[in-house]
Amino acid sequence: MIDIEQLRSEFPILATEVNGHPLTYFDNGATNQKPQSVIDALSGYYKGYNSNVHRGAHALADKATQAFEHTRELLKEFVNAPKTEQIIFTKGTTEGINLVANTYGRANLQAGDEVIVSTMEHHSNIVPWQIVAQEKGATVRNIPISDEGEIIFEEFEKMLSDKVKIVSIVHASNALGTVNPVERIIEKAHEIGAVVLIDGAQSAAHLPIDVQALNCDFFVTSAHKMFGPTGMGFLYGKEDILNDMPPFMGGGEMIKEVSFDGTTFNTLPYKFEAGTPNIADTVAYAKAIEFINRYGKENIAAREKELLDYATKKLIEEVPTAKIIGTSSNKVSVLSFIIENIHNYDIGMMLDARGIAVRTGHHCTQPLMARYGLEGTVRASFSVYNTFEEIDNFIEALKRIVKMFG
Amino acid sequence: MSVATKSIEEVQNDIIDDFDLLDGDRESTIFYIMELGQELPAIDETHMVDENLIKGCQSKVWLTTDFVDGHVIFNADSNTDITKGLISLLIRVLNGRTPLEIMNADLFFFEKIGMNGVIGSQRSNGFASMIKQMKFYALAYSAKN
Repeated sequence: MIDIEQLRSEFPILATEVNGHPLTYFDNGATNQKPQSVIDALSGYYKGYNSNVHRGAHALADKATQAFEHTRELLKEFVNAPKTEQIIFTKGTTEGINLVANTYGRANLQAGDEVIVSTMEHHSNIVPWQIVAQEKGATVRNIPISDEGEIIFEEFEKMLSDKVKIVSIVHASNALGTVNPVERIIEKAHEIGAVVLIDGAQSAAHLPIDVQALNCDFFVTSAHKMFGPTGMGFLYGKEDILNDMPPFMGGGEMIKEVSFDGTTFNTLPYKFEAGTPNIADTVAYAKAIEFINRYGKENIAAREKELLDYATKKLIEEVPTAKIIGTSSNKVSVLSFIIENIHNYDIGMMLDARGIAVRTGHHCTQPLMARYGLEGTVRASFSVYNTFEEIDNFIEALKRIVKMFG
Repeated sequence: MSVATKSIEEVQNDIIDDFDLLDGDRESTIFYIMELGQELPAIDETHMVDENLIKGCQSKVWLTTDFVDGHVIFNADSNTDITKGLISLLIRVLNGRTPLEIMNADLFFFEKIGMNGVIGSQRSNGFASMIKQMKFYALAYSAKN
């Protein structure tokens, strides 16, 4: 059992006010708040041991390098990667996908090949593939989804052929909350020889991740959706695939030797980490992982499920003009909905007047919104630090909005 | 056709007085703007076409004009009540004016009622786009005349 008051006290921002009301932060799908330990680690690096990593022959550089590599170790354990070298630091999920699309994708896709994504993908898991596919004469196809917001598995199976080289699928939908059956998808894709990338932006902090059990070829996520800093994330890849991939960007740590006759590249993971990395945020990321480990992901997930179930039930019972978009039985803590006759932007702004932060709009999933014939939804996404009282206030605010304008 | 009887400055001062009554309460202010939006008559659906959309607004805003006896008549609609409420304020100020009055109008009420802080920067940019488009229509009518 988590002591919620204790946990909340670790997040200074939760004690602040917005528009004269205590902050209710239900925009965790976009980014979540940071515990004091993460905030302290950021300034601690700059105050105590700011230095470049890997190359300095002095005490500060050594300390910075150790802290930097400690995060990689923690992430290896966090996702159960076989080797630390398979954890490559990135700016986040989007960069991770772009890295794979621009290296593996560009090297392996040919005219007539196919990349499969799903209808519920975030733009960042569509556009990088479209760019490379267009260059190579390949095609990006999307798996249709049901009204409930679930991948239609039979349709996916029908799409599989020897043309398919890459399947890139979101683990949990940011706009619907749906948790996809990635194990089955990976298995089926491997049967036809395709590699599979899992977009873990919305899953890494909410679901157990074991890349070896999943048997995915790539897994990408962002630190800022796991209580860590922005502009930070990582890519996991299978060792042989990563070794075979050409480099992404040139310069700095990714180089072994350079001459004008040619350049040789560093080994994993440095081959994919060009330039001076984001050291402070990498160091602080460790504290975010420690935070999750300290409370236990299972406990966090259980708490979030309770919050989601409670909010879903209340919304259905007390706001009858609301319609939930995404009703899969297997969801992360995302409650996406529309309310009859009131635009989602207007709802968002009225909630904000009461200090309640939600996301409104298309959530960077325009093809998904088109699937439902919607411009957007209101999305309340919960994190472990949210409370049932906050949900009560949120539902009361929605009832008031409906009463005034529904 | 109604030709404006009060000056642009007077109408703006009326708006400022109306908002003063809300005492800066954010929720009441938003509700009031939405009410204004709901009171603005809808435009004919045939006018809700891309060429009438104001560029730069996050929400959809359709603006059409008529030119009657040397005065510009504005009609607008939006897919969100708040945005519709905002443009209804501009219509209240600029409707039935001559192109020259519109082009020269100093629109100070938005800042005075503290709307930037209430609606946020993206919608404020959208509001600036509405003003720009209304002045653009005035300029076009002025050139025709």
